[in-house]
This record gives sequence, C-alpha cells and structure tokens, in this order.
Amino acid sequence: MGKLTLFDKIWDSHVVKSIEGGPDVLYIDQQYIHEVTSPQAFNGLRARGIPVFRPGKTLATADHNIPTTDQDKPIRDQLSRNQVAALAENCKAFGIEYFGLNHQKNGIVHVIGPELGYTRPGMTIVCGDSHTSTHGAFGAIAFGIGTSEVEMVLATQCILQPKPKKMRITVNGSLRKGVTAKDVIMYIISQISTSGATGYFVEYAGPVISSLSMEGRMTICNMSIEMGARGGLIAPDEVTFRYFKELPSVPEGFDWNSMILNWKELKSDPDAGFDRELTFNGDLIKPMITFGTNPGMGIAIDDSIPVPEDVAGDDNASFRKALDYMGFVPGMKLIGHPVDYIFLGSCTNGRIEDLRAFARLVRGRKKSPNVTALIVPGSKAVERQAIEEGIDKILSNAGFELRQPGCSSCLAMNDDKIPAGKYAVSTSNRNFEGRQGPGARTLLASPLTAAAAAITGKITDPREFID
Amino acid sequence: MPKEKLNILESRCVPLPLENVDTDQIIPARFLSATSREGFGENLFRDWRYDKTGNLKPDFILNNPAYSGKILVAGKNFGSGSSREHAVWAVYDYGFRAVVSSFFADIFRNNALNNGLLPVIVPEKFLQDLLSMVQKNPETIVRIDVQNQTITVPASGQSHFFEINPYKKECLIKGLDDIDYLLGLKDLIASFESEKNR
Repeated sequence: MGKLTLFDKIWDSHVVKSIEGGPDVLYIDQQYIHEVTSPQAFNGLRARGIPVFRPGKTLATADHNIPTTDQDKPIRDQLSRNQVAALAENCKAFGIEYFGLNHQKNGIVHVIGPELGYTRPGMTIVCGDSHTSTHGAFGAIAFGIGTSEVEMVLATQCILQPKPKKMRITVNGSLRKGVTAKDVIMYIISQISTSGATGYFVEYAGPVISSLSMEGRMTICNMSIEMGARGGLIAPDEVTFRYFKELPSVPEGFDWNSMILNWKELKSDPDAGFDRELTFNGDLIKPMITFGTNPGMGIAIDDSIPVPEDVAGDDNASFRKALDYMGFVPGMKLIGHPVDYIFLGSCTNGRIEDLRAFARLVRGRKKSPNVTALIVPGSKAVERQAIEEGIDKILSNAGFELRQPGCSSCLAMNDDKIPAGKYAVSTSNRNFEGRQGPGARTLLASPLTAAAAAITGKITDPREFID
Repeated sequence: MPKEKLNILESRCVPLPLENVDTDQIIPARFLSATSREGFGENLFRDWRYDKTGNLKPDFILNNPAYSGKILVAGKNFGSGSSREHAVWAVYDYGFRAVVSSFFADIFRNNALNNGLLPVIVPEKFLQDLLSMVQKNPETIVRIDVQNQTITVPASGQSHFFEINPYKKECLIKGLDDIDYLLGLKDLIASFESEKNR
C-alpha cells in the first residue's frame, strides 16, 4: 500500500489484459475525434465490415480544417469541405455524436471536451491529436494517438499501449506579476528541452500548480507533449470540483455528488515512486518567448538569444538552421523586434480566461497599425461568453476583431496563414518551421505578451502594461 | 488485415543529420486534407524538398541522385510534434521501410510500428559513425535483421542489438495487425466493462 502514483492508479484500473513482454490492452473511457485524423480509421472499419463497438464513448467535432469567418457559408476549399463532410457522414453512419460547424457546442476538441463535462477525473481519454494531454488537467490519463489507434478504439474501445515511465514536476514558490501558466510550461520546456520528457507521463504538482485555475492547468498539461511527454496530469482538488459544480451543461446521467467522493481518492501516495523527479522555483519564472523552431528554444522575454556554444542538447547545425530560419543571430535581444502578426487562440490559449487576459491589457488602448491580429475563441461557448462579458466590445474599440472558433493559425490548415518571412507572436503551442504557413516565423508566448506586442507592434515585456 | 512483412532489410541509406525533425517538416499540415492513406510520399519533407514555386531544391538530400535506399538515417528525436500518422504514411509511401535514429518521439514510434515502418534506436556514437560513413560513401549498405534485432554495417563491421518489444516484433515479421488481435478480445473487453461498470 501507499507507493502508487496517480498515473499508476488510473492506468492499472484500465488494463484489460497485459501482453507478456509487450504492451497493455488499455480500456478507453472517452475518445474524441476530428475531421483530419479520423477518415482513414472509418475507412478501415468499412474495409473490415465492422461497426463502432461503443459509439456512445466517442464524441466528434470539426475544428482543424475549418474557416474562422463565414462559418454559415459552405467551406470554400474543396478538400477541406470534403473532409468535414466525410466526418459528418461517418458519424451518422456509425452512430457517433457530432458537433459540426455552426452547432452551438462546436469548438476545438480540447476546449469542448472539458467545458461540456465529457472529460472527468480518473478517466482514460484519447484523441488523434497530440494535444489531448490537455485533459490531464482534470486528473485523467489523456494522450494523443495515431489514426491506426483511433481505429482500434472505434473497433474495440481499447488500445495497445506500453506503460510509460513516470515523472513528477514540482513547481514551488509563487508566480510574479505578469507571469502566466503559459510562461510556466514554456519555462519548464526551455529547461528540459523539446525531448526532455520523452517516454514519460508527467504529474505536475506544487504550490504554483495548485494556485492555477482549470484553464491555466489545461495550458500546462496541453504543452506536455512539447517536451516529448506522453501526457501530463494534475491531481483533482477543490478547484477541479468547483469547475464541475459550475458547468453550465453536463452529459446525461452526470451526478457529480457521487463522482466527487471517488475523485477525492485520485492522488499519488505520499511515497509514490517516480522514475524521475524535477523541481523548479516559480519565483524565478518571467514572461517567456521562443526564438527558434522548437518549443524548447525559449528564453525570458528580457534575455538574449543564447550562443550555440552554450546550448546543451542541441547540435550546432540544427541550432544555426533554426536561427537562420527565424532571421535572428546568437546573442541578440528580442525586445523591440518588430512584429507583423499576433495570434490569440488554440487549445493552448483559446479559453475564456485567455480572452479576458488579452482584453484586460488592450482595454482603452489601440492596436498597432503594423500588426494583423487573429483572435480566435476556442469554442462556440467561449465565443458566446466573450460576447456576454463585453470582451468583443473591448476588442473592437481597440481595433481587434473576434473571429469564429477553430484551430486556425495554430496549424494553418485553413486560410489563417502567416505569410512567409513575417513574425507572429502566437499563443499556440508549436513554433516549427512553416507551422503557421510556409516560411512563417512563430514566436510562442502568453496571451499577455501577445497583447503587449499587438499594442506596440514590437516584442514587448507585458509587465510594462501591468500595474 | 494482413500487412507487408518485414524481417531482413538490406539497403543503402539516406542520411538526414538534423535533430528534432518534427512531423510538420515530414508532412506539413496543409497536405493533411486527404481522406485516404495513399499518396503522402509525394509531399514528404515538402518545404525542404521543393521551393515556393514547386521546383526541387538541389541541396536537399532526397534530391541528390547519389543517395537512395529503404533506410532513412536521421538525427536524434525524429518525429517530434503532432500525432499525425500521415507523417509515417509519407515516409513509408516514399519507399522507406526503416528509420534509424538515436531517439524517437513516442507517438511517431507507435505509429511507425502500426504501419510496418521499423524505428531502429541506436546509440548516438553508432548513429554519428553511420551518418558520416553514408555521407562519405552513399553506397554504404546497412543490414537490419528484425528476428535477431540487429543492425549491421558490413563495411565497418559495426553492429548493434536494438530493442523492440516481442509483441511488435512478431507483428512485423508475420505482418499481423493490432486490430485483428483486439477484435479477438471482444468478449474479454465486454466482461471488463460489466465488471468495472464502465
């Protein structure tokens, strides 16, 4: 007794069978699907002539490949239109609940899952999207899978999966003014690199994590994959329980009073065995920004870009290639560098709290004329709430426009592309070459840092705007 | 459904000595709108391989006629980033059957194994030696033996025993499929559900 991690407890209770020397057959409580990574899985079911085993345990949304304007009109791009239509047809044919474009519950898969109460503590959750780790904020095992695995879950509600190792990351202290959850996770990734947690499932703990809202915790868990982790999770607590009590809509048969009793058991034992433990001091974290082409290449916003000789873990060729792509040189400071675009949104920072933070900073100010802004709510519910709270008015008074929900410029499958060579301060999760459009130069940062850049037209320390 | 079997692979290699090659480089998102698994090889490494107007970039390794083969040798942390299986389909569709690196991103590795593409993990030193050897001599042959879990470079005599879990090894050698295996467990899964009230 008393040596298990939260991860062990959830994982072990979902193992249907262990294969000798091989993976576990893991039962999945909830699957989410979207238009991009599911069509080939449905084709597979058709080729085998088999049904979806438990259609009630999969939920579908269209988010990756949709426009963020004129959503009431047909999608212009034919391939995108076909892909979204294929999802609708597949859901109908196989009996899966689908929140398509214009549905009042539509939105980014990792935003709607939690806000509609489908994601709950203690669950196993998968989706054909690496940012499925987001749902770990609720004390669930949630991770991204490939399309072959989507087909496995559709066919049998199970997946074959080797059990990852376990890491705990504790963030002590407290956060300084202008430092957000996004900065915390970007700081951790900058410290351990983009592959520092590969092979591990991470539990986040400590006073800084406990102090975060559910939105902030989702931002942290969301980017677990950016340090290579299979996923990240946070033990549920009073903040988690309050989130469920305040949910405006919940799935049928949802009885949180009885659930909450079980959820209170969901924590790592005091002397639980982790394969690796890391501790960081939250007091030292400043607003962060990336300068390169992977999320591990991040610095405090007032720091200088490192010189290659000082960079451990990255070889010089890759480091120099990244700086060439970005148009930066070693040792330079980013503060004051011109910015062409800002993007607020995505499953990392497209929730109401992110829009509120952005609006608070730009309120009573004006967007820089040099900046094109893409402000994209994570879901229809976030969009509605932003309008109810008057955030849309604050934004339009400052020269911004609220678009319609979707993944948008995070991966730029739709028209929301950053042009080649342009600099975008983006609240999304990846700064890979061409991620936001061929040749686009992405600087990852928090909603506050994006707001500061939108106002000044330059990379700006958001603390200048915060009393 | 049966898949292509893989046991012995003897081939020349294509060297890609870059670290953290992410899935957006392997197959950019704008090519993910297809609803089938075929044809992604055409856009493998699209923005490194072609310029803005669609012409081949002569300095990229895939466009160098000296290099060919069924084995891609890449720097550490290959396949990081998104879960898109399209990245594996692109590598496979182009004609590769194995990727050799010192480190793979987890999801890419799972996806590869589910599609008969073998990820071979070798020590950093082995990788660097192999990369420089192939760069010097594009005709270098590498032999991969799945049954015996070895990767050998006959010209240098270097050999390494690589890890692969026994279940996946059997799937590769026999061309077996996870879904067929799981479908065989349906009764067990159903009784798990009623037992655990799921």
